[in-house]
Amino acid sequence: MIAIIDYGVGNLFSLQSSLKFIGAEAKVTKDIEEIRKADRIILPGVGAFADAIAKLRQSGMEKVVLEEAAKGKPLLGICLGMQMLLEKSYEYGEHEGLGLIKGSVKPIAPMIGEGLKVPHIGWNALIFPKEKEKSKLYQYINEGDCVYFVHSYAGVDCDTNVTARAEYGAELTASVENGNVYGTQFHPEKSGEVGLKILKAFCEI
Amino acid sequence: MITKRIIPCLDVKNGRVVKGVQFEGLSDVSSPVELGKYYSDCDADELVFYDITASAEGRALFTDILTEVAQNIFIPLTVGGGINTLEDFDRVLKCGADKVSVNSGAIKNPQLIEEAAKKYGDQCVVLSVDVKRVDGKFMVFAKGGRENTGMEALAWIKRCVDMGVGEVVVNSIDTDGVKQGFDLELLKQVCEIVSVPVIASGGAGCIEDFVTLFKEIPTIDAGLAASIFHFGEVKISDLKDVLDQEGIIVRK
Repeated sequence: MIAIIDYGVGNLFSLQSSLKFIGAEAKVTKDIEEIRKADRIILPGVGAFADAIAKLRQSGMEKVVLEEAAKGKPLLGICLGMQMLLEKSYEYGEHEGLGLIKGSVKPIAPMIGEGLKVPHIGWNALIFPKEKEKSKLYQYINEGDCVYFVHSYAGVDCDTNVTARAEYGAELTASVENGNVYGTQFHPEKSGEVGLKILKAFCEI
Repeated sequence: MITKRIIPCLDVKNGRVVKGVQFEGLSDVSSPVELGKYYSDCDADELVFYDITASAEGRALFTDILTEVAQNIFIPLTVGGGINTLEDFDRVLKCGADKVSVNSGAIKNPQLIEEAAKKYGDQCVVLSVDVKRVDGKFMVFAKGGRENTGMEALAWIKRCVDMGVGEVVVNSIDTDGVKQGFDLELLKQVCEIVSVPVIASGGAGCIEDFVTLFKEIPTIDAGLAASIFHFGEVKISDLKDVLDQEGIIVRK
């Protein structure tokens, strides 16, 4: 069973539908015992970083997520959920993240230069780092496959934890990984067949 | 690089897709659920679902069908029609919409945009605007193109973007249904004044019209159409092949 963490942020409808479609058993939950019993955890999220991380902390679920991740349980953060896995965010101030993956979250506007629209919204191709082995998350897809992004902030200084990038005026961090902890800046649940294949791969890790 | 988006639009009335649909291999060609699935499977980049008579109809039917459409597609879904309040936003988002499109609701109460953008984020709020030339000026029309609001289109669009709209769908009444190509003159002017994605709507009659759109206006983000896709006159896969050959980046 996959526990989709419900901390009152974001719309979980598509995520649930897509997991159901690939035959995965998933449950939206804030029950700590249920999260402990689950085989896998997904940390979703849209909206503002400070608000989301505060809600995760207040609900007591930050602790569970950290403990379960430390035990080796596969954890996937999506979009803001991915950003929360990093050490810090500079979205409206400076906020501590979960620190499961090296790096911080910064606005993309200064990185991408003039003439490109913010947010980075739409379908963009994944570029895999040459020096690294392909992530398990991508075992069913290929470099150049497109996924759906909607974001104004991105992970920076994630170094060797980066498993894919996307070209948008700069090479933006598209996904990160550290052991059993995975994060995608894009929305696999909105990325058509490619996205479903990524979720399937996560379910098999 | 980010790809240009091709967006089919489902105009739904009484739970059925209107504007005539002619597809082979679909068991029920007027079912938004079947058609939504079909488009999601054949590489449409996004889907727009308009309940064209929403305000006059009961709400339950609308949300039931929307939920069923949303459950079966795994691409972004924009929903519009009868969105007048934050409760309307909430209702369609819970049924699986990713973005919510406002038109008449924003004309009646522009504050709706600000409130919705604050609550759900800019990326969630799409402005749909119906534009028609009157004495050489681009004017905003309401009530499905029947009523001149007296507002100039470019000023209205700019104002809405400043209030937090994350995307603009520009429907040209002058080119809509004529199938002679998109309204390039209008779209160019819109792209010059806003920094959010702009989606062209109204006038597409053939593949060439999309090529012209993306070549003439490199800053346009997407092309939207209904009947030419529903009737099978233009297949999305063929359209994307041609765009690709023309050097326009698309998702295939």
